[in-house]
Amino acid sequence: MTFEKRRSLAPYICLIIGVLLPLCIRHPLFLHTMVLVYLYGFMSMGWNILGGYTGQVSLGHAVYFGIGAYTSTTLFLQSGLSPWLGMPLGVSAAVITAMIISYPCFQLKGHYFAIATICLGEIVRVVFINWERVGGATGMGLPIEYSFSAFQFASKVPYYYITLFFLAAALFLTGWIERRRMGYYLRAIKMDQEAARSLGIDTRRYKMAAMALSAGITAIAGTIYAQFVLYIDPESVFASHVSIIMCLISVLGGTHSKWGPILGALVLIPLQESTRFLWGGGGYGIDLIVYALLIMGIAVFQPEGLIGVVTRMETSFKGRFARRTPA
Amino acid sequence: MEEILQILLSGLVLGLIFSLVAVGLNIIFGVMDIVNFAHGEFLMVSMYICYWLFVWFGLSPLFSLPICIAALFLLGVGVYKLLIGRILSAPMLTQIFATFGLMLFLQNLALFLWSSDYRTIQDPLIFGKKITVLDGVFLGVPQLAAGAGALVITGLVFLLINKTELGRALRATAEDKEAAALMGINTDRIFALSWGIGGACVGAAGALLAGFYPIFPYVGAVFCTTAFVVVVLGGFGSIAGAFFAGIIIGLVQIGFGSYFPAAYKMAFVYGIYLLTVFVRPRGLLGKS
Repeated sequence: MTFEKRRSLAPYICLIIGVLLPLCIRHPLFLHTMVLVYLYGFMSMGWNILGGYTGQVSLGHAVYFGIGAYTSTTLFLQSGLSPWLGMPLGVSAAVITAMIISYPCFQLKGHYFAIATICLGEIVRVVFINWERVGGATGMGLPIEYSFSAFQFASKVPYYYITLFFLAAALFLTGWIERRRMGYYLRAIKMDQEAARSLGIDTRRYKMAAMALSAGITAIAGTIYAQFVLYIDPESVFASHVSIIMCLISVLGGTHSKWGPILGALVLIPLQESTRFLWGGGGYGIDLIVYALLIMGIAVFQPEGLIGVVTRMETSFKGRFARRTPA
Repeated sequence: MEEILQILLSGLVLGLIFSLVAVGLNIIFGVMDIVNFAHGEFLMVSMYICYWLFVWFGLSPLFSLPICIAALFLLGVGVYKLLIGRILSAPMLTQIFATFGLMLFLQNLALFLWSSDYRTIQDPLIFGKKITVLDGVFLGVPQLAAGAGALVITGLVFLLINKTELGRALRATAEDKEAAALMGINTDRIFALSWGIGGACVGAAGALLAGFYPIFPYVGAVFCTTAFVVVVLGGFGSIAGAFFAGIIIGLVQIGFGSYFPAAYKMAFVYGIYLLTVFVRPRGLLGKS
């Protein structure tokens, strides 16, 4: 078996480990953390399609996350619609919003685009704080009703498998796009937009397509988040820290790779949960100090993200493998 | 009538502070093409320096001003040497996150060291005193000092950038780094200086603001995002543009805030950013 063949088995092995894990470890804290890892990994993959592959740094993706969470929750509370049906409606609402927002924004470049997305995110947050019909500043709580159709479960295990399913789906979707023509177009746009256009790539169309995919995935994550936490308010789903964590996870893991966001979430979320657990009680901010040092350290010493370390290990392993089994 | 005059006066003072903060941001942005997301936290650090100098030594913020300028100049240069200088060739995303990490770090360090309490400096020299401008129109002495100080310092920075040899080197580096390096300009030193000068501007603004504004770990956030808007409205790289745009945003904030709910105030300022980038991307006085 060649190295490449063995390597191509890696995603399936990871998936099998993921599926079997809850059978071995049933501790609720562990499952809770893993649900968050998968959920944040999933939405960071959504962010990464636009921010990583296409190079359009959005710092306002909380808008789509919030729309996903608010659409399903509002429909469930006001007309009893199952969140499973609210989810695709939330996706549609987020994609439509993304199209309206991004059409003018995509004429901006670099920092100007990034800051415009911050501004839009803040404007949407203020709108929702003052929108009394959807709970205003206090937000909305979902009444406890454990059933599949209400998308609520007493145990963490169903959430674990649901988030794992979506994460795996996003991974295969990203891998599929990576190999398609669109994947090459997106990376060309990231490298040099003018050059891409001069080669005949309809840059705006592909940026819009990346945005739609990205916003849709983020909206799905919003619905899952609402169903997992069962309480949403503008501060928890529309705030800038939601937008930031998506890009943070991607940058930490590595924006060039579909594995980057998963790796980033695997490192960052347990770190965040444990620092909060160890020091966060007094509200002294040590958890965020550690976090901030990690971000700066990664920026300086490993600008490619943690995936760079994995790639290096892989290369050295490949070298040894080749020497051991002469062709 | 008095009400409008009062709004104009308060807006002008706040606007002059915004100008000074934005000028600092603009110098870093203009020379390096890096947006300093930790700019607001530099302001916060400067305000805390004033606070502790006042508590420990009874030093009035007016006299802490030069200390703050020097300290923040060093902070700016230090940040460049330790952090920014190492990621000059990294992608924009990495640079954004480095300054973003710095922002989180400074904010939470302040939270850890000094808690989230709101603090004020009740300096017997100026605190609570005010002068009557007209019947029913007042201006606090700390505000007056802050407005005048900000005006003078912005003027000095304008002269530094436009009339001195150092300013020429800064502008040359901003225009074309390689060409500037070929002309014998030590660009690494210029980069460090641009962070130092940017820090000094925001340090001065912090000291001026500390006389009448509450001091808390998150105080920088409001000023930082506002400074982005001011820089873009005024025009990328233009000191004079940032000056006038700062005053406009100050007037808009105070004016809008006195007639509409405060929650909408920042949304309105962000709206100005979007309007500017879509309608006139080069800003009021920026080069096209």
